Amino acid sequence: MIPAAFDYVRAGSAEEAIALIGEHGEDAKFLAGGHSLLPLMKLRLAQPSVLVDIGRVEDLSYIRDAGDHIAIGALTRHMDVEKSPLLAEHVPLLAHAAGHVGDPQVRHRGTMGGTIAHADPASDLPATTLALGATYVAQGPNGTREIAAADFYQGFLESALAADEMLTEIRVPKMGGAGWSFQKFNRRAQDWAIVGVAAWRRNGDSGVALVNMGSTPILATSVSGALAQGASVSDAAQLAAEEAEPQSDLNASPEYRVHLAKVLVRRALEQASA
Amino acid sequence: MTDLQERPAGVLGSRLLRREDPALLTGEAKYTNDLNVPGALHLAMVRSPYAHARITSVDLSAALAVPGVVAAYSGADLAGLWAGPMPCAWPVTEDMKNPPHYPVATGTACYVGDGVACVLATSATAARDAAELVDVQYEPMEAVVDLEDALSDRVVIHTDLGTNKSYQWDLKIEGEPGQVDAAFAAAAYTVKERYVQQRLIPVAMEPRAVCAVPQPFGGDMTLYSATQVPHILKVMTALTLGIPEHQMRVVAPSVGGGFGSKLNVYAEELLCVALARKHGAPVRWNETRSENHLATIQGRGQIQHIELAADADGKLTAVRVRLLADMGAYLQLVTPGIPLLGAFLYAGVYDLPLAYDFSCTSVFTTLTPTDAYRGAGRPEATYAIERAMDALADTMGIDPMELRRRNFIRKEQFPYTAMTGLVYDSGDHDAAATKAAELADYDGVRARQAAQNVPGAKKVIGIGQASYFEMCGLAPSRVLASLNYSAGGWEAATVRVLPTNKIQVVTGTAPHGQGHETAWSMIVAEKMGVAPEDVDVLHSDTAIAPLGLDTYGSRSLPVGGVAIAMACDKVIDKAKKIAAHQLEADEADLEFAGGTFSVKGTPDRALPLAAIAFEAFTAHNLPDGMEPNLEAHTTYDPPNFSWPFGTHICTVEVDTETGQVDVLQYVAVDDCGVQVNPLIVEGQVHGGVIQGLAQALFEEAVYDDDGNLKSGTLAEYLVPAASDVPSLTLGHTVTPSPTNQLGVKGIGEAGTIGAAPAVINAVVDALSHLGVRDMPMPASPQNVWAAINAATQGASK
Ligand SMILES: Cc1cc2nc3c(=O)[nH]c(=O)nc-3n(C[C@H](O)[C@H](O)[C@H](O)COP(=O)(O)OP(=O)(O)OC[C@H]3O[C@@H](n4cnc5c(N)ncnc54)[C@H](O)[C@@H]3O)c2cc1C
Repeated sequence: MIPAAFDYVRAGSAEEAIALIGEHGEDAKFLAGGHSLLPLMKLRLAQPSVLVDIGRVEDLSYIRDAGDHIAIGALTRHMDVEKSPLLAEHVPLLAHAAGHVGDPQVRHRGTMGGTIAHADPASDLPATTLALGATYVAQGPNGTREIAAADFYQGFLESALAADEMLTEIRVPKMGGAGWSFQKFNRRAQDWAIVGVAAWRRNGDSGVALVNMGSTPILATSVSGALAQGASVSDAAQLAAEEAEPQSDLNASPEYRVHLAKVLVRRALEQASA
Repeated sequence: MTDLQERPAGVLGSRLLRREDPALLTGEAKYTNDLNVPGALHLAMVRSPYAHARITSVDLSAALAVPGVVAAYSGADLAGLWAGPMPCAWPVTEDMKNPPHYPVATGTACYVGDGVACVLATSATAARDAAELVDVQYEPMEAVVDLEDALSDRVVIHTDLGTNKSYQWDLKIEGEPGQVDAAFAAAAYTVKERYVQQRLIPVAMEPRAVCAVPQPFGGDMTLYSATQVPHILKVMTALTLGIPEHQMRVVAPSVGGGFGSKLNVYAEELLCVALARKHGAPVRWNETRSENHLATIQGRGQIQHIELAADADGKLTAVRVRLLADMGAYLQLVTPGIPLLGAFLYAGVYDLPLAYDFSCTSVFTTLTPTDAYRGAGRPEATYAIERAMDALADTMGIDPMELRRRNFIRKEQFPYTAMTGLVYDSGDHDAAATKAAELADYDGVRARQAAQNVPGAKKVIGIGQASYFEMCGLAPSRVLASLNYSAGGWEAATVRVLPTNKIQVVTGTAPHGQGHETAWSMIVAEKMGVAPEDVDVLHSDTAIAPLGLDTYGSRSLPVGGVAIAMACDKVIDKAKKIAAHQLEADEADLEFAGGTFSVKGTPDRALPLAAIAFEAFTAHNLPDGMEPNLEAHTTYDPPNFSWPFGTHICTVEVDTETGQVDVLQYVAVDDCGVQVNPLIVEGQVHGGVIQGLAQALFEEAVYDDDGNLKSGTLAEYLVPAASDVPSLTLGHTVTPSPTNQLGVKGIGEAGTIGAAPAVINAVVDALSHLGVRDMPMPASPQNVWAAINAATQGASK
């Protein structure tokens, strides 16, 4: 509960943060809301030597209409995503899902960029943005690049970000009135999902992603494929876990997770189709 | 809905806000860790990562090199500091096996979290960093996690004992020899059930905290500790460390909850005192939340076998119980006695003939020691009998409420001498059950259930009941003697009227969240005719309140509160003599009401207590031979336990697809006799019920086969939050206890005792149409899903 000793520097801008990370090398880490990183440090599961605090980079906290998509700055807090009228209008699935992250304290501290960069398969917003076909913007010493959500998640807590790259923006396509549902199954309101489902549906198109069903957030492409070919919701839901590789923990065996995924995908699609 | 009593005219029974709360809520209250102690050294523990391992070497050199580190010790280095091993005050049988247990292990580590070395530094962070650098070499041995495996002695943990069995304790009561066996042979119905009481981790808001402050020149030692038992701790520390008792002072500052886990004498308390003496400097230690999960005692941990025999009407004719209880790696202060606190209660609230056969076998495992946790033995017993009653009703095909009514000890049977010889003071189970059934709309739920629980239904409902007796008010000292407990069960009180008619109460109880200051001031206000604000309550410092036996077992009000009332009576007696003297009246002609003595029939010949208090202080005009001052002391040894009782009814909805349980309604009707402050009673019931419901649905200390704690943080050990539990519907009945002048019984543990069986009975009831007959605790979604699968697959075979 007491972290190992570390140094702390505060960055005023993305450029400065990237320069500082470059300067301090391997063991340096960005600190955003700190709600994933600090718990790991307190248990001494993470022992970075330097924290580069980006929490006060104010120009990265925004939610903007960018035409076909909504652009969200990496330092935007979950609470701002949850309460955003712009998102409520154009990407209600994301605003709703953000309201299910942890508890109010967590939502006031945790950031959109932090939860994406952390790439925790059990987190809600990586899977939700994956289902929505989002694009993430990364900035490094040599400029910026776009990474599709589908290419971003590479392994447990591993992303396509390079060590000296900072996530600066999340671009989420407008949903255009699609039906949607977010199903979070857990035992306590504040907990991570045992299994979660983010889904939307419009005519033959759909996006379905699973929370906590493998080492990364999982895009349930078989479900969408079946729906595109006219399968019924309950038949498509049977394919929920085709892409998943669920793990075992105190809350659920792999078999139970697969079962839950099928039930929750069915419920999500029913709600999204209603 | 909360059953609001009409507001009584007096103080007693009113919903006075707790005087403790403003200081607690604003942060003014000082906990042990808030104490500013200049020059204190910080202790950090090095804990075994293995459940069972030989310690082959301890290298402290890297730790000693950390800046700020003052000393580091292995267990062997400290061996000379102890006058004896850590205390177990409850040798339940003559031949009970109790392995020597020292604050820091020497040869073998016996659970994950067992202390194997420690570090002293000038800051907590330096101590923690250095502790990480202590290099301990281990030779791992096989862990013993399963109770039945432990009993087999396949791996003996404490080799000197030659066995993992600590004791066997039997209680067989038969009207005539062979009555139990005969009853089972003749029974129209029998049930035979096996239940598992999972281990629970007590999660007090404030983890343990210790600060030992020596006075190196005088030899005095003050131990501040987040403890429920400052008095017991004082005696035990003195004995274990060889400190003369009169030089040992223990103070429990504000204490943030205990639930039994702070009813103990812990390694870190003894270490802080021993090292403070050795170094001539204050030594402090604060438990981290992770350490709380490993190194604070755990609760429950039993396998229960219970058999009921009943006649054709369902009347119980015999009860047989076989317990296997998990002691953990060592015996802590009252570890062995915990299962036996339930030994008398496996017949529950039912009128059982002399046919009771109880036996408890206790074993060591390589896990954290167990000990008292809210209810301590009694929730386990109540769970077993109340689950078994539902099983019996199911076997008979009758409603479980009806079965209970046929068996309740009836109102007119009180005081009721149970087959165990204990006398249940007063009760009316039928009234409590009837009230609970009304509040829960029992018949309405049954009707809804019949319509809703049809084949294929995805949401089904169930209703479950538990009726309980809580044996509390620990305890008549002679009864404790018969159980081999090493102390008495009395409580002490002093009531002192100050010259200006303000009153000081000194109590031996040690509140840690219960609201004693408020409640005790109300008792005194009522007795003495003063305002509660004029009463100060002093406690939890052995220099101020030297005599006491502390707070646990729902004892503080029925023992400590009654002691205060008795001390008030003594003060009033003395004041009356002074009043008679001053009024030149006969003592027998005086009456005392509303704080004033007056001559019966002549109300203008009167003297207020305030005037007498001042007279007693000046001593200018007292009756001949009378000592000055108004002060009295009482030590009260209760003649009996007190027996709160009640009925809880829980209604649940179960999602048969996911296994999720949703509590729709929870009704608790508790009878704790006369209520001093209904607000405090409700608070105790709220906390207690949620703690019991947490055992039923959420909490479990999970260990793997190697004895590693898998639920090591609050992310895995699921303490429910307010958002995860229902609002409670509280009702009460009031059946005063005839054994004490206040008519009070105690309410601290009642909620926990009623809740777990009520909830699980409801879950099983919801799924009974699918063939589900039992449900392991916690009834997690996965466990419920698995139980449904097992039942429905069994049926389709
Ligand atoms: C009690 C509790 C409950 C929670 N419950 C949930 C839940 O139910 N669902 C859920 O989804 N989450 C939950 N969380 C996690 C929460 O959402 C976190 O805030 C979030 O996952 C991480 O965001 P952060 O800003 O706090 O990141 P930090 O902890 O500051 O950082 C996390 C990681 O990302 C890196 N990082 C941060 N920002 C950037 C960036 N812009 N570019 C590159 N790297 C970056 C950091 O270096 C670090 O490695 C919970 C957290 C807590 C403490």
